[in-house]
Amino acid sequence: MSVDTATVAKIAALARIKVSEQEIAAMVPELNGILAWVEQLGEVDVTGIEPMTAVIPNTLRLRDDVINADPLTGGNMRDAVLANAPAAEHGFFGVPKVIE
Amino acid sequence: MTDLTDLGVAAIRDGVAKGEFTAVEVATAFNANVAAAQAALNAFIVTTPEKALDAARAADAARAAGQPLGKLAGVPIGMKDLFATTGVQTTAASHILEGFTPQDESTVSQKLWDAGAGMLGKLNLDQFAMGSSNETSHFGNVVSPWRRNDGGNAALAPGGSSGGSAAAVAARLAPAATGTDTGGSIRQPAAFTGISGIKPTYGRCSRWGIVAFASSLDQAGPMARDVRDCAILLEAMAGFDAKDATSLDLPVPAWEAGLSGDLKGKKVGIPREYRLDGMDDEVAKSWEQGIAWLTDAGAEVIDISLPHTKYALPTYYIIAPAEASSNLARYDGVRYGLRDLPTGAGLQDMYAATRAAGFGAEVKRRILIGTYVLSAGFYDAYYTQAQKVRTLISHDFTNAFTEVDVILAPTAPSAAFALGEKSADPLEMYLNDVFSVPASLAGLPAMSVPAGLNREGLPLGLQIIGRPFDEQGVLNAGLAIESRAAFAARPDRWW
Repeated sequence: MSVDTATVAKIAALARIKVSEQEIAAMVPELNGILAWVEQLGEVDVTGIEPMTAVIPNTLRLRDDVINADPLTGGNMRDAVLANAPAAEHGFFGVPKVIE
Repeated sequence: MTDLTDLGVAAIRDGVAKGEFTAVEVATAFNANVAAAQAALNAFIVTTPEKALDAARAADAARAAGQPLGKLAGVPIGMKDLFATTGVQTTAASHILEGFTPQDESTVSQKLWDAGAGMLGKLNLDQFAMGSSNETSHFGNVVSPWRRNDGGNAALAPGGSSGGSAAAVAARLAPAATGTDTGGSIRQPAAFTGISGIKPTYGRCSRWGIVAFASSLDQAGPMARDVRDCAILLEAMAGFDAKDATSLDLPVPAWEAGLSGDLKGKKVGIPREYRLDGMDDEVAKSWEQGIAWLTDAGAEVIDISLPHTKYALPTYYIIAPAEASSNLARYDGVRYGLRDLPTGAGLQDMYAATRAAGFGAEVKRRILIGTYVLSAGFYDAYYTQAQKVRTLISHDFTNAFTEVDVILAPTAPSAAFALGEKSADPLEMYLNDVFSVPASLAGLPAMSVPAGLNREGLPLGLQIIGRPFDEQGVLNAGLAIESRAAFAARPDRWW
């Protein structure tokens, strides 16, 4: 499988990265080089093999059902959450108007 | 008096505890080296001399008051700029996070401060830890303190992604530094700069507060001048953290106390698939030397097979970009970091403009690859296939470890290359991770220790890969090599 300019434009749109036509033209051969190389994985016989989901066996834990048990991941930290926002307004994240 | 910046972690810790010198003297000496090297090496993105001094004053005060000292009391360290540090800019060497000031401290850095360490500054790296040469940083290349002995003075790569960490430790700007390793980002720069570094078992160190690249692979670890210092640092960094769902709920072993270079009764595997056609002859020679050293330490050397080795790199370059494309979706110009809002633009246009302006070329490349392999119609052919091959690669190691205790291999296929030498072709750069990526995919502990210099006068590293949770076995084999290699070379100070 290889990508063309239309495909690169589509994946850039999916990834929400603005790219110029020039950039797309430069990326097509680069991405095709990488994709052609990774395609050698297709020759591996994976019959009956499960995809890796956890590299070291572990169990998912449930935390105790206690509010703000760990203050670092608890609530009531609006100002800290907004401290680095490029446009925090009235205690909210500001974004361009999305309703016409 | 000896130059305090020649001392490693153990020597500083012990000297401060005994009162041979003060922690403030140590911090002052390293702060001076940091400042003097910054223009030439660019190892730091921000320096924090006052933080180093504050921690030092606290250590000296504790000692004067007769209070118990932390395990790293008086030891100043460098912090890779991938760890969130409260009130100190944390960028992942990206433009999109330029100016980002965390409100919280990463678990690993907090543990180090709790042990008494102080911060010299935030270390440069490849942008979002994506790179093998430290050439993708928004804040400029890190220059290795090493030079070839040909008199040409070509600027060399310190390796990546923890290039600032490696350069700082090698140049005596810090006795130790933190690194993170996703596909070799601790081990390869350690090898390039003649220092030691260990990536522990996946889950040993909490990922909470570390800027995420590929979550199933990312692991923090220490970089220092010798194996003992790595053991000391790792003890302070590791440990269960409920805030990281993949954190291992296991006690942290006393790795430093357990150090022993006696390998009697141990078996060392030599993977035949790592013998590549056209392998650098000096890398091959250093590997042979490593085998001889481990034999001398009492180990039995056994040829083993890891049959899926050649598929590790392509597997990695599907899985890591896939995870990165998902992790980096959070940079949207809304919650933190850069916002690029063209006049009259809507929300979607703002996202696309922000990400175009904020990510570097390599980061964009990996996001696009990741987006493609996860997209409808290609997911199974690429991503699921890669996850299955990853299982086979992990099985290879499981099988090998029924026969052997540790595996010995080169860390990287070559010594350090020059800046610019490989940056034109992304694929050629990726191939530099050929020996380090397999252990990452299997989540195994692995370390690099310096083995010697090549004929250009540049360091070569040897890699030890261990069973899950057996950092001790890895450190011990590293110690056995270290005591025989007696690596004392250091870069001549030209900066």
